[in-house]
Amino acid sequence: HRNLNGAGQFFSSGHTNNWAVLVCTSRFWFNYRHVANTLSVYRSVKRLGIPDSHIVLMLADDMACNHRNPKPATVFSHKNMELNVYGDDVEVDYRGYEVTVENFLRVLTGRLPPSTPRSKRLLSDDRSNILIYLTGHGGNGFLKFQDSEEISNVELADAFEQMWQKRRYNELLFIIDTCQGASMYERFYSPNLMALASSQVGEDSLSHQPDLAIGVHLMDRYTFYLLEFLEDIHPASKTNMNDLFKVCPKSQCVSTPGHRTDLFLRDPGSVLITDFFGSVRKIEITMETINLTDPIKQMEEK
Amino acid sequence: MGAPWRTPERRRGKLAALSIAAMVILVGVPLWWKTTQTYRAWLPVAQINELAKLQLQLSADVEVVFARGTATPEQQKKVPVTQTQDEDHAVDEADLSLHRLSESPCGSLVIYVIPESSSLLPENVNVYIGQRRTALLRIGAQMKVGKTLKQLLAHLEPRVKQILQVMSFSHNDITAALSDRVRFSPDNKESIADSMRAFKSSPGYEITFSLLNPDPKSHRLHWDIEGAVQTYIQPLLTKLSPVANFSLDSQILYYAMLGVNPRYDSSRSAYILNADSLAHVINPVEARLGSNAASSNPVLNFLLYVPDAHHSPLYIHDHKKREVQTNAFHSPRWGGIMVYNVNGFYQTGTNFPVDVNINMAKVMGVFLAQLRLLLGVQSTAPPSSFQVAPCGSSGLADWELDRLMWSRSVENVATATTTITSLAQLLDQIGNIVINDNIAQQVSSAVTSLQLAVAELEVGNLGFALQYSKEAILASEKAFFDPSLLHLLYFPDDQKFAIYIPLFLPMCVPILLSLLKIVSEVRQRRREKQAKKD
Repeated sequence: HRNLNGAGQFFSSGHTNNWAVLVCTSRFWFNYRHVANTLSVYRSVKRLGIPDSHIVLMLADDMACNHRNPKPATVFSHKNMELNVYGDDVEVDYRGYEVTVENFLRVLTGRLPPSTPRSKRLLSDDRSNILIYLTGHGGNGFLKFQDSEEISNVELADAFEQMWQKRRYNELLFIIDTCQGASMYERFYSPNLMALASSQVGEDSLSHQPDLAIGVHLMDRYTFYLLEFLEDIHPASKTNMNDLFKVCPKSQCVSTPGHRTDLFLRDPGSVLITDFFGSVRKIEITMETINLTDPIKQMEEK
Repeated sequence: MGAPWRTPERRRGKLAALSIAAMVILVGVPLWWKTTQTYRAWLPVAQINELAKLQLQLSADVEVVFARGTATPEQQKKVPVTQTQDEDHAVDEADLSLHRLSESPCGSLVIYVIPESSSLLPENVNVYIGQRRTALLRIGAQMKVGKTLKQLLAHLEPRVKQILQVMSFSHNDITAALSDRVRFSPDNKESIADSMRAFKSSPGYEITFSLLNPDPKSHRLHWDIEGAVQTYIQPLLTKLSPVANFSLDSQILYYAMLGVNPRYDSSRSAYILNADSLAHVINPVEARLGSNAASSNPVLNFLLYVPDAHHSPLYIHDHKKREVQTNAFHSPRWGGIMVYNVNGFYQTGTNFPVDVNINMAKVMGVFLAQLRLLLGVQSTAPPSSFQVAPCGSSGLADWELDRLMWSRSVENVATATTTITSLAQLLDQIGNIVINDNIAQQVSSAVTSLQLAVAELEVGNLGFALQYSKEAILASEKAFFDPSLLHLLYFPDDQKFAIYIPLFLPMCVPILLSLLKIVSEVRQRRREKQAKKD
């Protein structure tokens, strides 16, 4: 007797678990908005169901407990102070100076020293959908880490290729919110990658609004409208990627967001937002049970 | 007038320039080349490429035994008959005694052919698959009289093949095991579901049993998890020890809610959870389940949920709105959840909290079934005329273990080969990565283990094949994921120029200029000599 109920559900997407790698690469107080960007994506991803054990959160600096934060233990996304994206149960896996290009690439490729704890590893398999979100200061073909080093688009593409070789993902969604962000996904060549960027080559991504009380810009435009879009998504919603591509048009963002889907096998219209941002489990009803009434007696018979 | 180039200072100058240039070219350049070379230990690339073709040959030993009365005397004379069998017993006893007759090693099968008229098997059943590695095959009616040996064997061959496909491996199983390398589009939904449900082959697994008690004020739950694990689960895990290591732990979570509101059904006066809402149950709970921080092995979670007193009893309905017998569901590559109702243990109106002893045999029966599914033991249903013996106290029949071992060996060999070939490719592509000796050693040992595993699979020594394939996987993963292989050495060519030019240009310019000057002076001297001659 076999259970055939759940087989139909497996068709729409071939993944059984979700992972998220969220990276903020800038430090210093005036880059508050980058930390706020990352935390707002973290918040959405957690709300839609991905547990902390499947999220690798890398924040290059601590804004919530920064000496210059007039409202300690909070990170706001808008000057109306409605949404504290820092929350009560944030779990940062790589913090401060641990956020380096080397550690980022080690997390992606899995080449971590054996002493690394589970929470700092990306333990994905060939049935994992991974969301990768990067934000910070970038340029044409590179992204700056910690004001001292860079990661180039070639390195990133090669890291994804290594992930593909070792079958560490089923599908990968790459979102980047930096200046000239589209240059970072130009060199991708591995299959099943979808990429979104906040601006094209030659354009700058702009920040949203400053808050005079805190004294810095609170968030970047693209991620602000992305957060607004994600707040409307709930675990059972059927919104697809085509709606995500429409987030933050030029009128709102000033820069032109771009996306790349040529390496992706499925049609973006059939990809649900929750395939990457949430964690909807496939379920099968257990039809069988093993009769274990008296194992000791059975063993005596033999 | 004296030629300006003949003065001793000029000559010394020329000699100096020439000797410096010689030093730079003959000593400096090779020295720089040698010291900036990255250390790359030798890798057996040729053998790796050979392995990459992945020509696997699997052979299983099958012994076919003819019972008395199946073969006519003429046929008997030609076939070397080794056993005869007594037919009075019931089927499972016969199975047992047959097993004692020939203890089959891992990976092999014995098929006993019994006459058409035999009463051992019920009417519509042609094949009986025993708990160990034996099967009983009923010979067809048309084989009674007057057939040659060749026809007898021709009649038996497809039947034997069918049995082999159920008990050892079939084409679908092997393709599924190779799903890493082979982009296969299977023709049926079940194989996709199967390949997604079972955990991938891993040297170790962690199993966590959790008891969720959302209502400790009403229910005081007692579960003898240690005893239950020892009695019911451990035999299975011990039997599976050639396949993987297992580590077990358990926990009790209080005030852990399901996260979905069940619907009250007045016709059954019970609360119902629909199949559609089950998908949202796991996530809120998963955040509270811990896991062993030290290991990176995949985790199988088994949750036992006892509904709170206000929402008891709680039943699960499948997609067709029927009640589920086991009251449990599982999620592929994650684990299983069972709902255990305790409202039957006490009357309404008793003083809360109530002590409840959980019936671990019932719970473990369900968990064991889910564990079998998640480890990939279950497979396609056997054809209709087959009868399969129940799997016994350990929860796993010997031939099911063999099945698992076959597919795991193939999967391990395929994965290890892919890892090694992609590592070799990567190291070849990127000239800047340092290949340490230990990595080269791991790669070599992985290659050796792979070759041994392939050889053992060919011969049919399943136990050794699995062991070698596990060694190959461990060595290849260790080599691939070695922290020293970091691909951070991407130097675009313009950056290389930017580094070397400020170092070498100031040094090379005077040397080049003096060399040019020497050359022009020699040329001028020769022209003057020509002029003198003419």
